[in-house]
Amino acid sequence: MSETNTHFRNVNENPCNMCMPMGGILALKGIEKTMVIIHGSQGCSTYMRRHISEHFNEPVDVASSSLNEKGTVYGGEENLKKGLDNLRKVYHPDFIGILTTCLAETIGEDIERIAQEYVRERDLSQDLVVAVPTPGYGGTHTEGYFLTIRRIVAKLAKKTQKHSRINVIIPNISPADIRELKRILSLMDIGYILLPDVSDTLDAPYSRLYHKIPEGGTPLAHIRAMSGAVATVELGITVDDSLSAGKYLEEEYGVPLYRLPLPMGIENTDLFLRTLGEITGKGVPRGLELERGRLLDCMIDSHKYNFQGRCAVFGETELVYAISTTCLENGIFPAVIATGSRNERLGALLAKSLQEGGSNYVLLNDTDFAHIREQCKIMKVNLAIGSSEGRYLTEREGIPLVRVGFPVHDQVGGQRILSLGYQGTMAFLDRITNTLLDNKHQNYRSSLYRKYFVG
Amino acid sequence: MLDLAIEERKDFVYTKSKQRKALKCDTDSISGAVSQRACVYCGARVVLNPITDAVHLVHGPIGCASYTWDIRGSLSSGSELYRNSFSTDLKEQDVIFGGEKKLTKAIEELVQKYRPRLVFVYSTCVVGVIGDDLEAVCRAMAAKHNIEIIPVQSSGFVGNKSMGYRAACDSLLRLIEPRRGQKIVKRKNCLNLMGDFNLAGETWIIKEYLNRMGLALNVAFTGDAKYETLKTATQASLNIVQCAGSMMYLAKKFEEKYGTPFLRVSFVGIEDTVESLRRIAKAINDQSVYEKTEELIAVEMEKTIPVIQEYGKALQGKKAAVYVGGGFKAISLIKQFKELGIEVVMIGTQTGGPEDYAAINDLVEEGTVILDDANPAEIERFTLEKGAHLLVGGVKERPLAYKLGLAFIDHNHDRKHPLCGFDGAVNFAREVYSTVCSPVWKYV
Ligand code: SF4
Repeated sequence: MSETNTHFRNVNENPCNMCMPMGGILALKGIEKTMVIIHGSQGCSTYMRRHISEHFNEPVDVASSSLNEKGTVYGGEENLKKGLDNLRKVYHPDFIGILTTCLAETIGEDIERIAQEYVRERDLSQDLVVAVPTPGYGGTHTEGYFLTIRRIVAKLAKKTQKHSRINVIIPNISPADIRELKRILSLMDIGYILLPDVSDTLDAPYSRLYHKIPEGGTPLAHIRAMSGAVATVELGITVDDSLSAGKYLEEEYGVPLYRLPLPMGIENTDLFLRTLGEITGKGVPRGLELERGRLLDCMIDSHKYNFQGRCAVFGETELVYAISTTCLENGIFPAVIATGSRNERLGALLAKSLQEGGSNYVLLNDTDFAHIREQCKIMKVNLAIGSSEGRYLTEREGIPLVRVGFPVHDQVGGQRILSLGYQGTMAFLDRITNTLLDNKHQNYRSSLYRKYFVG
Repeated sequence: MLDLAIEERKDFVYTKSKQRKALKCDTDSISGAVSQRACVYCGARVVLNPITDAVHLVHGPIGCASYTWDIRGSLSSGSELYRNSFSTDLKEQDVIFGGEKKLTKAIEELVQKYRPRLVFVYSTCVVGVIGDDLEAVCRAMAAKHNIEIIPVQSSGFVGNKSMGYRAACDSLLRLIEPRRGQKIVKRKNCLNLMGDFNLAGETWIIKEYLNRMGLALNVAFTGDAKYETLKTATQASLNIVQCAGSMMYLAKKFEEKYGTPFLRVSFVGIEDTVESLRRIAKAINDQSVYEKTEELIAVEMEKTIPVIQEYGKALQGKKAAVYVGGGFKAISLIKQFKELGIEVVMIGTQTGGPEDYAAINDLVEEGTVILDDANPAEIERFTLEKGAHLLVGGVKERPLAYKLGLAFIDHNHDRKHPLCGFDGAVNFAREVYSTVCSPVWKYV
């Protein structure tokens, strides 16, 4: 095995990650009646809106304080306050997230202070606004995402009465995956607070009446009550403690924390259900057992085909971890594992099972697609798993891509990709196996002809 | 007077009536208004990116490069280098201590790896604030490697998207400047096309028309452009300018410096295409070109008109809302919709200037809402109020239209079908028909 840390390179060629405020937007979009304003120049918010919009096929309104030269030289405080006024007039949000950009951070804007002053001056609730410093150069969208959730929880959670619900904190997954998680929780008859929840806000049903802020998202009252939960299940084992909202709730309010991988694949899903059972004393319902059986059946049906898979997995750390382990369970070897984040946990978590997998692999931290592509060639990868950004691996190297994660902007349905739970894993596995089969069907005639007839 | 939630937006929006009113435009977006516009860097990148064999290096943090990686549909007949996204990926340390060293090394690496003859280095917000001397780094590296390395001053906060167009044009002017002592020889019947980015092969379509008229396309700015050909730009005897918003500045400078006259054209819609071809022929003023042009028009019209009329039958009386980037495109779209029997009831642009809005005003019916630098709330309100059946826009407007239950036409940079010339007019009519007449609207 080898672990390459490329973060000393001087040029990034085809990025495998996005910037911090992007993650912040995604997290905030999962909160009920919330608007986001990005403090910086106009372009950042427009580009991020466009990117998110293309993935979810939904309108994504994000305001900008539209800092211009004057604001940059003399400070953007007035701009930001005016922006907050305007945004409240048009959207009437119950909660507002302020995120910074590179520009605001570089000129040293203290958004925490500005936010506090703003609510005081306008005589508003302290809880209306959360400010999160998210300089684009400070980390990837993944760190921006988790930091924002932690800040939201720190802002809203107050000492409350104990109740019987559990907190479920999730990484950036598809609305379809979130709905699957909620279905599982309901099947187990578990009361929960799920944060953040974009399953309706970024995958809204068509309705005659248009809502400027789509309905849905985690209710603010629920977030306030997170401090009184029986436990927190945080699907974020690769996440640093300093970015973990679950850690915060544990330290501040003594809510026991269980950090688990995404329930994808048989072992991770078992672990998820087992943990829920431990916390609540509830058993796995028959329906889910049947689903597990079907997944096993699916795994058996496809195991031989999958054994020919040598894949590259890339994207956000949590998903990369879950995909890698799911692949390993099914005999598909993740030969190239890559993330644009700088993450120490990922490699350590995977090391054991990868070594048991018996083959060489590379783990790329803080990487780009030029590097991934190079490694795919060296490692003889025949399948790529990740976001649309990997389409070059297909275009240039002929490696088919199974799309999962964010962003999927060159096909429709990014919001409907289902990969979690027993059912989701089945869907995911079918997509992979069929891609490998297509591969085979496309060239077995010609390759056998070349090998045995032509000789 | 329209009643808008955001007071400062009032001067940017009005309804056409007998009393003419000048619209406020070409200024910074209002804070918190959720503008659909991007930034200076975006403007510059749109214009320069279609240069296919250049290294386009974004000097800044990663996001700016991430969001602009190969998102445009500009096609190339050769190199694919332009489809990569290169970034110096600045980190905290670089922001504190300056990014010049990293930039130097990045250029060094890229030059070694790709051996380009041309590198553009775009500055982003951070770079503008920390004050990296792009000019100096580029000059030193250019001298060392004996290639051209051109800085693009596109820090996001120095203005709006139009400023980015300007920055791009300045870089282009540097690029085409003849070497000292080099004589400029003008070639007869040889044209540059400005403001066409070869989206879905549109530059190639126009090139073919020109050829059939007996004219040669010299350089396109910047659709399918190459270093080598760009260097010959001064040889053209006429510049035709399609996307005026981005390229008028270049055309004017060109005239000033090299005495090359320019002509504004538009190949959006039949009416504008025909008129533009005739005006080009007139500017060239050569009998054989006249004849060939008329022949071309006759042949194409005969093929096109019946198809468009057929689609038009199903579309009579429909109403359209339009929100696009540039003014000239907006103007052409009004005419093109008229050809299909569709009235434009709301129209706006991101970067239109005062003359554009004056022209728009003259073309639309009374009651049409005209707006500059709109936001989703306004687009929603006026398309609904005016009873539009379809919206024209880009990626960000599409989901909004769909959520409002309206048909949508892509006029964005990543579309996969051409919308210019005669073929483009047919594509457009077909697209309007296929969306407006889709069975899906029965169910919503
Ligand atoms: S990297 Fe910085 S400047 Fe670029 S889009 Fe992200 S926040 Fe904006």
